[in-house]
Amino acid sequence: MSDERGIISVSDRKVSVVRYGLPAIQVLLFIGLVIAGVGPLLWLLKSGVSTSQDILRGPMQLWPSGIQLKNIPDAWNRVQIGAYLGNTAIIAIGSMISTLFVCTTGAFVLSVLRPKWGLIITGAVLATLFLPGVISLVPLYMTVLKMPVLGISLQNTFWAVWLPQAAGAFNILVMKRYFDSIPRELIEAARIDGAGNLRLFTALILPLSKPIVGVVALLTVIGSWKDYLWPLLVLPDPRLQPISVALPRVAKTTEISLQMSALFLAVLIPVVLFLVFQKQFLRGVGMAGGVKE
Amino acid sequence: MFQQRTQKSGRSVATWYRSGGLSAVFFALPLVLIFLYFSWGPIVRGLVLSFQKNNLVAPPEWVGMSNFSYVLTDPQLPQAALNTLYFCLLALIFGFPVPLFLAVFISELRKTGWLYNVLSYLPAVVPPVAAILLWTFFYDPSGAGVFNSILGWFGLGPFAWLNSQTLAMPAIVLEATWAGAGATSIIYLAALTGVRTELYEAAELDGAGIWRRVWHVTLPQIRGIILIMMLLQLIGTFQVFTEPFLFTGGGPNNATTTILLLIYRYAFINGDFGAATALSVLLAGVLCVLSVVYHFLTRRWSIS
Repeated sequence: MSDERGIISVSDRKVSVVRYGLPAIQVLLFIGLVIAGVGPLLWLLKSGVSTSQDILRGPMQLWPSGIQLKNIPDAWNRVQIGAYLGNTAIIAIGSMISTLFVCTTGAFVLSVLRPKWGLIITGAVLATLFLPGVISLVPLYMTVLKMPVLGISLQNTFWAVWLPQAAGAFNILVMKRYFDSIPRELIEAARIDGAGNLRLFTALILPLSKPIVGVVALLTVIGSWKDYLWPLLVLPDPRLQPISVALPRVAKTTEISLQMSALFLAVLIPVVLFLVFQKQFLRGVGMAGGVKE
Repeated sequence: MFQQRTQKSGRSVATWYRSGGLSAVFFALPLVLIFLYFSWGPIVRGLVLSFQKNNLVAPPEWVGMSNFSYVLTDPQLPQAALNTLYFCLLALIFGFPVPLFLAVFISELRKTGWLYNVLSYLPAVVPPVAAILLWTFFYDPSGAGVFNSILGWFGLGPFAWLNSQTLAMPAIVLEATWAGAGATSIIYLAALTGVRTELYEAAELDGAGIWRRVWHVTLPQIRGIILIMMLLQLIGTFQVFTEPFLFTGGGPNNATTTILLLIYRYAFINGDFGAATALSVLLAGVLCVLSVVYHFLTRRWSIS
């Protein structure tokens, strides 16, 4: 990588404007990014252990008048940030499992088995890609309130978040395109060796598709992590709510210092996870971008 | 059903078996059921609902086009449409060049690039709702607010931010850009690794400066992904909800009421599900045209 040239060449670097200008821009950009990226987090850390008065009177004072470390356990116990984060994780992991299950099995039929009626399904899935999510928001809500045919209500169950997530056309088409690229000879060879469809699926197709499964899993987790409106609608029970839905509700009733420590805890865990796994994470997100093309 | 299937397959047992036979049906079942319940079903139901009067209590009744005429004559609609367009425009102006610039710049840094990457992605890791609550506090309109005290050091302000009709929308877009720029720039960065570098050599020999190399060599090669990100951003910003809902609830004086906020109010505040779906269908129609147009544009441009 390092021997490959970029936009700026060796001879460019000899010109004094570039030679001194580039590091200058670099430093400025670095400072800017630190202020934008780390600044709010540091501010949150400081405010999380300050008194309400300090936060309101002098939010930009470098050092608070006194450190209130007990804010943090208070927020954990009284605001129950831990429980909400747990719900968020349950929702994200459940959505990931249901999405992966539906899109791998579906793509397996459409790409590998290719029955005659597969084309109709592919077309019907493709058609929903052009329709924005807003069209089904209200009817989807009504479906969850009372499932047609079954007559049961999914409201206030995690299923209400897990299942609709899986109906994403994008994931299925991406998965199908990846399966399409698996050489047919491999599949035929496995068939000749006597592998049934289930075995073909679990022993050949899935192991070969690890990278794309990873990308779809990552995208689903990020998506459900960011979701707000849908869980707000279908999970009115506070005990089931993810952190995104719970925080604004809690914020209305708690004092500012506790609010800030609750926010700090809500931010801390994902940030630490990100910093630990940043390499894998950024690679996965980058790959996802390539998939969109 | 089983008998019918086996009969039909009698014609060519081999093809039937190769394409999975009955097990293909089983494999397709999750997809078909999930899509029937949560995608195809709701889409059809949405179209039906928009011609009905429905409040979930009384049995639905057909009302023809009256939902559409009600929605289209609602005095709030022009403002909401303008607000949504304004949000899209601002998001495009702020949010579009920033990640592109970041990505091109970071791709030039061989050794320290990852650090810039991590830093710029950090805001995207913060749960969006937590970020919004935090920024609401930053935007405190009093002189002691975070942004107002920073600007106060330079003798500016204090500004009313979210309480001001003119500043509320730009303030929301600023936060949205902060939260989104890192994620977009990662995708551009991945695209930039595919740029053919020997062209830089040629461009340099032809006497092209650094800016002209970026403009004429780098950007054209990632044109495809730029257009796709633009399309996705437009479709996303047309359906913006969380930010205005949590920052201002649509205020002050409806200055940040977007179309989706209006749909939310129809359905979940007024209980008028017919009007809500009618407006959803109208918005979906506009977005559908947009995505088809862009689809063909991107296809044409990436070929030429």
